[in-house]
Amino acid sequence: MKAAHYWHCFVGIQTREWLRFWQQRTRFASALVRPLLWLVVFAAGFRAVLGISIIPPYQTYITYETYIAPGLCGMIILFNSMQGALSMVYDRELGSMRVLLMSPLPRPFLLVTKLLAMGIVSVGQVYVFLLLALLVDVEPPAWGYLVVLPALILTSLMLGALGLLIATWIKQLENFAGVMNFVIFPMFFMSSALYPLWRMNEASPWLYWICQFNPFTHAVEAIRFSLYLEWNPMAYGITATVTLVLSLLATAGFRPQRTKILATSKPA
Amino acid sequence: MTIEARNLSFRYGDKPVLKEVSFALTSGGFHALLGPNGAGKSTLFGLLTRLLALQQGDVLMAGQSLKKQPAEAMRNIGVVFQQNALDLDLTVRQNLLYHAALHGLSRQAARVRGDRELTRFQLLERANEPVRKLNGGHRRRVEIARALLHEPSLLLLDEPTVGLDVASRRELNDHVRTLCDSDGLTVLWATHLIEEIRPEDRVLILHEGKLLADGAGHDICEAEGTRDLAETFHTLTGAG
Repeated sequence: MKAAHYWHCFVGIQTREWLRFWQQRTRFASALVRPLLWLVVFAAGFRAVLGISIIPPYQTYITYETYIAPGLCGMIILFNSMQGALSMVYDRELGSMRVLLMSPLPRPFLLVTKLLAMGIVSVGQVYVFLLLALLVDVEPPAWGYLVVLPALILTSLMLGALGLLIATWIKQLENFAGVMNFVIFPMFFMSSALYPLWRMNEASPWLYWICQFNPFTHAVEAIRFSLYLEWNPMAYGITATVTLVLSLLATAGFRPQRTKILATSKPA
Repeated sequence: MTIEARNLSFRYGDKPVLKEVSFALTSGGFHALLGPNGAGKSTLFGLLTRLLALQQGDVLMAGQSLKKQPAEAMRNIGVVFQQNALDLDLTVRQNLLYHAALHGLSRQAARVRGDRELTRFQLLERANEPVRKLNGGHRRRVEIARALLHEPSLLLLDEPTVGLDVASRRELNDHVRTLCDSDGLTVLWATHLIEEIRPEDRVLILHEGKLLADGAGHDICEAEGTRDLAETFHTLTGAG
C-alpha cells in the first residue's frame, strides 16, 4: 500500500464523520445544552460558595465560570468520545464498523483515523461552546483559542481510545447508562474540572490522590494552561503518554482474534 | 481467481462451530453455500473476511495465504453482509465514495467507478438520494455495487436476500449471476433458501459445522438418490 492510499483513506474517514455530523447537527447542538447548563446555572450558584484564589495559569482572581470552562470543554469531549466509541462497537454502527475493517489498510491506522475524525467533530463543538462562553465573560486570550487546539485533539484521542477499550473489553458496560455511571461521572467529578486540586487536598487527601491519578485531570489542565497561553509539560506529558498506551491497547482489541462481536450477527 | 479453503476449524470457547471444512471455488463460478440457521455459514464468512481470526487451517486466494498476507488477500474480496451495512443518512454516492476511500482509491477514481457501477445497477439517477429513501431491494443493490468498487475477484454474499420480497429476491439473484458471466467474478452466495439455487449450480451444504456435500446440484441429488435439492437437503440435514 502506498502513501496515497493511506491519504485517500484518511480523507474518506474524516469526510464521512463530517457528513454524519451535518446530518445529525440538531443532536450535536442539543449536546451543547449540558455543558452550557453547567456553565450558566451550576457555576452561578457555586460562584458564591467557592472562592478561587490566584492559581496558575491565571494571573488574577477569576470567576468560577472562568475556572470550570476548560473542564466543561473536557466534558464535551468526554461524553462525545464515549458515546462515539460505544456506538462503533455496539448495534448502531456495527455494520459500518464491519465496512471499516474490510479495508486492506492496517487496522490500527483505520481505528486511530476514525478516533481522530470523531475527535475533530468534538473539537468543533468545544469551539462553539467557547464562543457561547464569551457571553458569561469567559474570555481567554485570543491566541489561546489556537494554542489549545493540540490539547483538545489529544484529549479527544485519549478519551476515544478509552471508550473503544471499554467497549471491546468490558462486556458488562455495554450500554451508555453503565458507562455514564462507572466511567464518565467518576472521571469528571474526580478531576480538576470543577474544583482546583488544592481544595480537594484540604477536603480529603486520598481523594486528591485519586484526582492526580485520573488522566482526565491532566487533560483538563493541559486544556486550561494552553487556553491561557501557559505551558504545562507535566499535564501534556501525562495526557500524551496515556493516549499512546490506551490507543495501543484499544487497537489490540480489534485484532481478528478479538472481533467476534463484529463477526456474529448479534452483539455477543 | 481460485479460492481454496483448507481444513478450516473454528470454535467459540468450547463449542466447535466449523469442523475441518475444505473446499475450492472455481474462478468465475456461482457457488451456493447452503445451510440451515446455525450451520456455521456466518462464521465461515467471518473467517474469509478476517473479522474472525483463523484458528486452524488457511484460506488461499490466488495462492496468497490469508494468514500470511492478509492485506493482499483482502484487496481481492468484496463482501455483502447479512445485515445492512450502509449509512442510511448518507446518500448512495457518499456511501460508495466512503467505501472506495477505505480501499485507498482517490475521489476522482471512486466517482468514475461508482457511477459506472450505479449505471450497471440502474441506480445512477438515485445517486444523490439518502439510502434511507431506497427500498430493501435497491439498498441491497447499492451494497453489491459498493462491494464491487475496488474490483475484487471474489464476491461474498451472506444471505443477501433476507427481508426482501420474492420478486426482489429473484431479481438480485439473477443480477449476481450475470456478474459471474460478464466480469468473471467468483461468487459465494450463502443462503438457507433452496429456491435461490439452480440445479446446475455448484452447491456446498454446510450443517453443524461440517461440509456434507460439495458439487453440482444435480450431481449431489444423483449421488444421494433424491429427486431435487430440497429433498437432498432434508435428507442430509434433517431440515427443510
